[in-house]
Amino acid sequence: MSSEATAAGSARTVLTAADIDRALTRIAHEILEANKGSQDLVLLGIPRRGYPLAQRLAGKLAATDPSVTAHAIVGQLDVTMFRDDLARQPTRAPERTQLPVTGIDDKVVVLVDDVLYSGRTIRAALDALVDLGRPRAVRLAVLVDRGHRELPIRADHVGKNLPTSSFEKVRVRLSETDGADEVLIEAAQ
Amino acid sequence: MRHLLSTQDLSREDAVRILDTAEEMAAVGEREVKKLPALRGRTVVNLFFEDSTRTRISFEAAAKRLSADVINFSAKGSSVSKGESLKDTAQTLEAMSADAVVIRHWASGAPERLARSGWIDAAVINAGDGTHEHPTQALLDAFTMRRHWSRLAGSDSTAADLAGMRVAIAGDVLHSRVARSNVWLLKTLGAHVTLVAPPTLLPVGVEHWPCEVSYDLDAVLASGVDAIMMLRVQAERMNDSFFPSTREYSRRWGFDDGRLAALDALGLKDTIILHPGPMNRGLEISSAAADSPRSTVLAQVRNGVSVRMATLYLLLSGDLRRTAPTHGVRAVKIPVEIPETAL
Amino acid sequence: MTIEFQTTGTRAAGGSYLIRGAAVLGAERTDLLLQGGRIAAVGTGLDSAGATVVDADGLLALPGMVDLHTHLREPGREDAETVETGTRAAALGGFTAVHAMANSSPVADTAGVVEQVFSLGREAGWVDVRPVGAVTVGLAGERLAELGAMADSRARVRMFSDDGICVSDPVLMRRALEYIKAFDGVIAQHAQEPRLTEGAQMNEGKVSAVLGLAGWPAVAEESIIARDVLLAQHVGSRLHVCHVSTAGSVDILRWAKARGVNVTAEVTPHHLWLTEDLVRSYDPVYKVNPPLRSDEDVRALREALADGTIDVVATDHAPHPSEAKDCEWAQAAMGMTGLETALSVVQHTMIETGMIGWADFARVTSHAPARIGQLPDQGRPLQAGQPANLVLVDPAARWTVQPETMASKGRNSPFRGRELPGAVVATFFRGHPTVLDGELHSPYRDPGVAPARFGSVGTAGAAGTAGAAGGQYGGQ
Repeated sequence: MSSEATAAGSARTVLTAADIDRALTRIAHEILEANKGSQDLVLLGIPRRGYPLAQRLAGKLAATDPSVTAHAIVGQLDVTMFRDDLARQPTRAPERTQLPVTGIDDKVVVLVDDVLYSGRTIRAALDALVDLGRPRAVRLAVLVDRGHRELPIRADHVGKNLPTSSFEKVRVRLSETDGADEVLIEAAQ
Repeated sequence: MRHLLSTQDLSREDAVRILDTAEEMAAVGEREVKKLPALRGRTVVNLFFEDSTRTRISFEAAAKRLSADVINFSAKGSSVSKGESLKDTAQTLEAMSADAVVIRHWASGAPERLARSGWIDAAVINAGDGTHEHPTQALLDAFTMRRHWSRLAGSDSTAADLAGMRVAIAGDVLHSRVARSNVWLLKTLGAHVTLVAPPTLLPVGVEHWPCEVSYDLDAVLASGVDAIMMLRVQAERMNDSFFPSTREYSRRWGFDDGRLAALDALGLKDTIILHPGPMNRGLEISSAAADSPRSTVLAQVRNGVSVRMATLYLLLSGDLRRTAPTHGVRAVKIPVEIPETAL
Repeated sequence: MTIEFQTTGTRAAGGSYLIRGAAVLGAERTDLLLQGGRIAAVGTGLDSAGATVVDADGLLALPGMVDLHTHLREPGREDAETVETGTRAAALGGFTAVHAMANSSPVADTAGVVEQVFSLGREAGWVDVRPVGAVTVGLAGERLAELGAMADSRARVRMFSDDGICVSDPVLMRRALEYIKAFDGVIAQHAQEPRLTEGAQMNEGKVSAVLGLAGWPAVAEESIIARDVLLAQHVGSRLHVCHVSTAGSVDILRWAKARGVNVTAEVTPHHLWLTEDLVRSYDPVYKVNPPLRSDEDVRALREALADGTIDVVATDHAPHPSEAKDCEWAQAAMGMTGLETALSVVQHTMIETGMIGWADFARVTSHAPARIGQLPDQGRPLQAGQPANLVLVDPAARWTVQPETMASKGRNSPFRGRELPGAVVATFFRGHPTVLDGELHSPYRDPGVAPARFGSVGTAGAAGTAGAAGGQYGGQ
């Protein structure tokens, strides 16, 4: 795993496992504060790494507020088929979309993703959401905001703002998907 | 994967990918908004040289749910189609910028010709050719079986195959494109297939197929099957001496009420009955069997749309220029010319 | 047989060729002097005075090839081929004689039609064109065509065939076999039981099962051959079996020959090489009658050709316009071109595999077919005094098949894109180079006979023996 980072040459760690956990704890508190409690909250993770992040956030919400059942408020929202670059990329298989049993109508949906960059993924997510129901409000939580927005989209909750060059690559690794928690910045090849 | 022409050349990986994608597509069908924007701006042509309303509307629904534009081109009847050759038709569709051609043809191999001849650039999907193959039918059958098999195992069907499943396919194998496509695909997915048919309705060479062959439906049922697929039998085969009478056929090879009861008696409570439709009730399948809880006939129809959505999506959603590097023409297509008077 | 040595002064000056250093049948190198349509001398260090010298260093000299089975399509399907284009292709392929099959339109079932084809062949001047007469009127398989009239015509038909269609009626076949004894003819049977092959698209077996194409069982060919060899024995007549394609047919022929049945058989170059596996592409260029068979069949056919069970190679050259092949398999016409690839394919499949040598090649492509077709001036040994029908071949050459560059109108060569060994460098037809340096040179023109005078060439009833016919083709 770490050989990947070394192979890239000048990869440097910008968030450690402890940094990530602290950031998520803070975001969980922000979400509760902004929502004035846990009522009607639904966390929808965007595959692949948004979903484990959403699960972790739900766990933290449940730890803070005993009325929250973590798995009952988490879902996954696949945006593949709503992407605006679908016809410009090699074909990708869609991931599963799974909503909590409560659905999303009149809920406060928090979209969770690992990195906010151009904003195009979030635009696709908003479109996908519209086809699934009508939330009362939609918020956005991301672990990393690296700038370079191409659409008028901003995050409500940010783990860490990372000023980057557009030639750099931000790599988020999570234990659920990649075996370890860390965020790296890799220089352009 | 650039075309879907047969299941014989479909890898396990591709097959599972199609089935997994179909699972996601199936979820769309259960939503209020049964539509995805994935194929916006793509044109799918249903080119049917043979009547098949069921298959055509299934593909049409699939394409429309993915927001593709659909053009139905019916060239049914061999005498009509002889006037305009397949080549000319293909070139007409090419001129109309079709991105995919879903072709149904009475001649075995017509989709292969369309895909390989260089007459057209589009992705070609075989919607049934002669007595050769009907790959999307086999995929929807496999999809139906996989859901059943996974449910029995108590596991998620995603990424699963049909390892260990015992499937019997009974009827006119000789003339059946459904049987051929199923034999290859089910084998690829790890199922154990037994063909059951009168000897006259099995092709010479069937002994080379990756399956077992039996003339005795009752013996096959008694040996235990998890799914039995009844193939449609055309009554006119009787006139070609393939079997003496429809009555004798249904007695020996039809899934009648007695055999339905036999499943219970044999303790095969989880065995499902598939049929690609349209059914000849009373010939290859009794009404009681067709309407029993074991019958998956309607589920197959429903799953057909999901599987065809998955196929269209996987063939058409990506960058067509990248997946088809030899077809540079697409990259330099001239935009629609606007007459000067309009400026 | 006595061969009359004729010289015609008119051609002596321009028609003299000295072939230097050719390996006759692949054996010792020698010179051949061609003069007056004949081989005037064979030996080393021949005097070249007055002759055009052809350097044959590294080349083989073989007797001009004789095709027993060619579809020239004229009259009727001049869009597919004409006598002119088909015989150009033949000359380029190393042939000096072809048998034009009867399934033209109108069918070659009368003296008029066979004489027309015969005349077209003479006017073209590239090879001898011997029409094959239909066995039954209109190839309909109902009643005998006027076989005797065709035999007595200027075309001197000796071979009769309904090729493309089997003479399946056993009584009709028996009568045909009996009747042709009157003029020493031969029935060339297209062995295909019609009921067993209704709608048939390809060899019936493991490939047809997968492709869903209606099967063409081997038994449909073998059952007819078995019947016909027994009929030929029963009535004491001569049977020739066209395009044998299965191992079972070979067994039956071997058995029949051992019993002394007067039967001969041919195999096509494509059946010596290609198999049903090619059909997996659904490309109709591989659609042919009889169909491409299995590996085992190909092996059996090669062995049978080598051991003499199969007597000759015949091309079954069957050109088609492109639209007949640019379509679905089931819609496509059956047939392949073959004149311009025959030599190379036989070299590849039979000689380079070590199964036969060049002398055997001469037997199966020239001597035997000339004997079966009763062409006294063809298939002769390359000796002084013999008619100068011969071909110079570069066996070391390698070339890639490009149907578009062929002389035949047909582009339906199944060998497209394949690299083949052996190239025809020159073809001499009656001492005249129809092909030189691998390219068409010029047709043979008979200085003594204008086309209008063909009628006087005497179809005299006296021409009942092969020897007498020899004079006719010799060089008037």
